[in-house]
Amino acid sequence: MVRVTINKEPREALVEPRTLLAYFIRDALGLTGTHVGCDTTSCGACTVLLDGVPVKSCTILAIAVQGHEIETVEGLEQEGVLHPLQQAFWDNHGLQCGFCTPGMLMTSKALLQSSPGELNEADVRRAISGNLCRCTGYVNIVKAVLAARERLREAQEEVRTS
Amino acid sequence: MSIDITESRPLGKAVKRKEDPRFIRGQGRYLDDIVLPGMLYMALLRSPYAHARIKQIRTQGALQVPGVKAVITGEDLAAMNLAWMPTMAGDRQMVLATGKVLFQYQEVAAVVAESREAAEDGAAAIEVDYEPLPVVVGPFFALTDKAPVLREDRESKNNHIFHWEVGDKEATQAQLNTSPVRVTEHIRMPRVHPAPIEPCGCIADFQRSTGKLTWYVTSQAPHAHRTVLSMVSGLPEHMIHVISPDVGGGFGNKVPVYPGYVCAVVMSLKLGKPIKWIETRTENITTTNFARDYHMSAEIGATEDGRVMALKVTTIADHGAFDAAADPSKFPAGLFSIVTGSYQFPVAFAEVDGVYTNKAPGGIAYRCSFRVTEASFLIERVMNTLALKLNMDPAELRRRNFVPPEAFPYLSPLGWTYDSGNYDKTLTRALEMIDYQGLRESQRKRRDRGELVGIGISTFTEIVGAGPSHTFDIMGIKMFDSCEIRVHPTGKVIARLGTRHQGQGHETTFAQLIAEELGLSAADVLIEEGDTDTAPYGLGTYASRSTPTAGGAAALAARRIRSKARQIAAHLLEVSPDDVEWDGTGFVAAGASSRRVNMSDVALAAYTNLPQGMEPGLEATYYYDPPNLTFPNGAYIAVVSIDRGTGQVRVERFVAVDDCGTVINPMVVEGQVHGGLTEGFGIAFMQEIAFDEEGNNLSPNFMEYLVPTAVETPKWETDRTVTPSPHHPIGAKGVGESPNVGSPAAFVNAVVDALSPYGITNVEIPLFPWKIWEILKEKGLAM
Repeated sequence: MVRVTINKEPREALVEPRTLLAYFIRDALGLTGTHVGCDTTSCGACTVLLDGVPVKSCTILAIAVQGHEIETVEGLEQEGVLHPLQQAFWDNHGLQCGFCTPGMLMTSKALLQSSPGELNEADVRRAISGNLCRCTGYVNIVKAVLAARERLREAQEEVRTS
Repeated sequence: MSIDITESRPLGKAVKRKEDPRFIRGQGRYLDDIVLPGMLYMALLRSPYAHARIKQIRTQGALQVPGVKAVITGEDLAAMNLAWMPTMAGDRQMVLATGKVLFQYQEVAAVVAESREAAEDGAAAIEVDYEPLPVVVGPFFALTDKAPVLREDRESKNNHIFHWEVGDKEATQAQLNTSPVRVTEHIRMPRVHPAPIEPCGCIADFQRSTGKLTWYVTSQAPHAHRTVLSMVSGLPEHMIHVISPDVGGGFGNKVPVYPGYVCAVVMSLKLGKPIKWIETRTENITTTNFARDYHMSAEIGATEDGRVMALKVTTIADHGAFDAAADPSKFPAGLFSIVTGSYQFPVAFAEVDGVYTNKAPGGIAYRCSFRVTEASFLIERVMNTLALKLNMDPAELRRRNFVPPEAFPYLSPLGWTYDSGNYDKTLTRALEMIDYQGLRESQRKRRDRGELVGIGISTFTEIVGAGPSHTFDIMGIKMFDSCEIRVHPTGKVIARLGTRHQGQGHETTFAQLIAEELGLSAADVLIEEGDTDTAPYGLGTYASRSTPTAGGAAALAARRIRSKARQIAAHLLEVSPDDVEWDGTGFVAAGASSRRVNMSDVALAAYTNLPQGMEPGLEATYYYDPPNLTFPNGAYIAVVSIDRGTGQVRVERFVAVDDCGTVINPMVVEGQVHGGLTEGFGIAFMQEIAFDEEGNNLSPNFMEYLVPTAVETPKWETDRTVTPSPHHPIGAKGVGESPNVGSPAAFVNAVVDALSPYGITNVEIPLFPWKIWEILKEKGLAM
């Protein structure tokens, strides 16, 4: 029995010991937003946050995350409001086929959380370099991540001044 | 910036995509997200050898693995007459191997089990005795007497598949012989793979109670897949329901029918259960259709002042073990005859010979309209060689030879009628954007300082939108496309098309197109594709054909609706139909513009208040057979510098100016260009599916077969010129593939330009740093 907290909700499922985290999330917990695109930890479509850190869930056994906290793309939207990253990807045409998008969003979320200081284009490009996209050529993804950072900053500013 | 989706007159505006709300929430419904009750999983056992006789297959071990339900081999399929299937190229391909295997990773047996893991375990428990045979890797060797005959099932006892030629051979040779300047270049485009991030897969769900097969499949062409499956399996076509759910990228990879699909269907028929099969990445790269593998030679004859006089092209095409090329039936080398490009060659000749080798079968039209990338790469590279030979600026050489605007429609010496273009205008815009004169000056200064800096130009012309049905068919089915539009009583619309998007944004762009024609907003129009029980028949999305074909169908179906709507509007306005005018969003009574009805007024009347004798409802279907192809063009300029210590090439700038005719959504067009340039960048710098002498695939996954990441991908600068297609209903030409077709030559021309002061005229792609470094070392430039 593997027990995790996923998107703030405690969940458990009985799976074979060799089950990968990606398939635990997709098949056992039914959260299919996390995708699988390769078998060598290269593409990043399966990226989720494990205790806030981005990991490729195709390369971790489900049993190894017993009791830990997982966050997937399904946890981004809060009370019907899109996460600023989701909104920015939509506004800036940061996705096309949508298959890499959940992984790209989770890696970007970790970047924004872990980098309180200035972020430039090169920082974003380096941060998402473990997430492959075949459709967009990355330009609009980078634009979206920087736009989301700006939006989060404005929101913080509003909180501070109010 | 993007506009609100509820705005009217949306054509040409950056409407935010309607498909995105589900994708950004992780709620797309891709193939592997679908789980059916009682579903079983399938895995395939594959050959470790590139060429071997199969002596024995023992499947008992697999059946003892817990959870395994069934195993089939080629012999089992042979008993059902399904061991082989037809290919789109008129050849046939083994579904599961019988007798021998012809490429590494070839499908040998299929195992179905209760879980993915048990299916894999079952496949691993099958024992196969192979007797290795001599392997044919190189296509030139394949044509020699020393090469073993690979396809013993064919009548011809050699490895030659086809010879195809076009143009006037004698006149071309005569012209070359008398040309004062002649250049020859040998250009290879190595084997590459489209590698969409979602691999291929399917779920076959045969219900014994109804006799109906529902086939969920990652398909760019669902109707064509239905027809092919019916032909292969013998199932009646109306009892096959193909559903292509959200598709995670295609780029041509998801056009053919693959052995795994057929096996899943057979297993579902056998067991009466839904069977899911999804490729691994390794299976995707090693077995489903590759692209390119063209070995080309070209000779140009020209005058001393740089006017091209003749072009001769000879090509050996490596198609692998089975000719599974995805080309229209009459075109074994696709539309390679666009090889004269943007230039006025008085005469030309091209020939292609297809060859069998012990490699995976193909090749696909990877983000190009059937061998157009190969053709464009060749002509743009050889024009560069000619410029070097003449010591002429490559932009100037191109300008001297462009088909001029007044020459359209232009009949090329290889038989295509180019619809429109203004090549000089497109190039001029690109030169302005990059400040070409300033750039050349800066290059001179940097060269004086010992830097290796290059500028590369590509001014390509594409040929897309197959196509006119008198010329184009796939396995006999004409390459038209279709759209059905239904206007509901409240004025909202559902439209279904025979195409199937894989990220191109059809749910938005076709909604914009139809909304524009009907005076609505894109929010009012729901687009549906990918369900063969509901959509009208169409040939699918590839070869940049969706907007040229289904887009034409959508515009003309909408105009049919508008024509009926005009009659209804006249009835509502109590005037004659001749006295009704369309103002872009509604109908007005001539001379009395205050008397006006819009489309939703008309829609309601179509169901509630019709003119006497009129058929109720407001629907139309149009099957559009385009009168010609469309010919998008572009001018791309790359600026590179080479690190003398490592051979690493840095793309400092890249400007892309495209002309795809009328633009439906500039945001989507720009996104398509960004993506295509990135794929072209990968092809130029890092991608090749290589083989060793035993036919082992050396690039079977994303560790070896590299896809550009955000770090090395350049920041693209784009713009466009607009020369509408004169024959397309809205003047659009298609754009998804232009950047992949046009960019590789710009990169290579730039690298060659950087090295040309040292006598280099050609470097074979991919331009790996080690390859460049070896050149630097040989020329004494390495630091």
